[in-house]
Amino acid sequence: METETRRLLTIVTEAALEADLTEAIRKLGAMGYTITDARGRGSRGVRDAGWVTSSNIRIEVICEAETANAIAEYLRDNYYRDYAMVLYLTDVSVLRPEKF
Amino acid sequence: MDPVILFFLLGLIAGLAKSDLRLPPAVYELLSILLLLAIGLKGGIELSKQPLASVLPQSLAVIAIGAAIPFLVYPILRYVGRLGRPDAASIAGHYGSVSVATYAVGVAFLASAGIAFEAHLALFLVLLEMPGIVVGILLARGISRDTQWGRLSHEIFFGKSIVLLLGGLIIGYIAGPEGIEPLEPLFMDSFKGVLALFLLEMGLIAASQSKALREHGLVVVSFGLLAPVPLAILGALLGWSLGLSVGGTTMLAVLTGSCSYIAAPAAMRIAVPEANPALSLGASLGVTFPFNIFIGIPIYFAFAKWLHGA
Repeated sequence: METETRRLLTIVTEAALEADLTEAIRKLGAMGYTITDARGRGSRGVRDAGWVTSSNIRIEVICEAETANAIAEYLRDNYYRDYAMVLYLTDVSVLRPEKF
Repeated sequence: MDPVILFFLLGLIAGLAKSDLRLPPAVYELLSILLLLAIGLKGGIELSKQPLASVLPQSLAVIAIGAAIPFLVYPILRYVGRLGRPDAASIAGHYGSVSVATYAVGVAFLASAGIAFEAHLALFLVLLEMPGIVVGILLARGISRDTQWGRLSHEIFFGKSIVLLLGGLIIGYIAGPEGIEPLEPLFMDSFKGVLALFLLEMGLIAASQSKALREHGLVVVSFGLLAPVPLAILGALLGWSLGLSVGGTTMLAVLTGSCSYIAAPAAMRIAVPEANPALSLGASLGVTFPFNIFIGIPIYFAFAKWLHGA
């Protein structure tokens, strides 16, 4: 089976940022993204989705490595200081590279 | 004591005892939609019975007081409470805005007491939601070009609570009493049941604020306890001078004495990210909301009666 490598960027952050982040992700060149509701614990305490300010989302973006890096840098510079945010990058194999 | 408040207490106790009780988020959403629409519809029906123009001067005074409250509480938080500028401004914004749930408990309280109030209080509820938040952001930011006012005004004016309240008002106004009659079993007759369930969830959420209260203790708790009564008195005096009835004066006091924990936290998180949401939410939801529904509302009612010499 023919596969090609792309970067998967996963962001776990506050639900309040959803609109801002999806706009940034599109502007920085990603073709799409997937968002799921998330819960968990981290350096900013338990985020149990009980209330607007304590609900989390997980955004996944599959794209070219440069795009993923650009998004990661943009998020680090603009959101790391004041918001609960974790992001990580990994390689994934995709079957239809033209989609990403 | 009105039984709906006991549901809040039940939620609070269950939450503090770490019970696994929890309303599914979708159910909570539905309850809040029902409450907001019911309040809007009720106001709209009553408004359809009177000329709208007569409400205009009162509305301007109400918007002015909503914008004034953050200016009053900000210096206290900043210089007496020794909070940083973003936190003081964010909390000031929360207290300038209003709480729909507190309003709903006030409605239930007056209904039990058999006291009527002016229909346009529902309109005042809509009008009071926004100015306080905007002033709070201005206090934190100044008039800065970094603030995305377009994005924020969309959030504030088209947020779910404004859309539903205003939408309910307009639908009630257009349809009138006869038009809404078939909808009454859902929106009017079940109002208290819906409110009881909603308050159960509010109790659970208020309990989750207890950690923030332990960490930021004194300032948050004492401000949350001391702020509502003077702010409510301000509202009562305004209501009285605008010629509102005892019921209307009480409800305006309930509004100015209450503080936002839905619209304001969402807006502040975006506009003032360096403010700690645990502080403002701890004060508004963890302290002031319970204070108002248990102690505040009866006090405001007594004060309104005293003002009117009844």
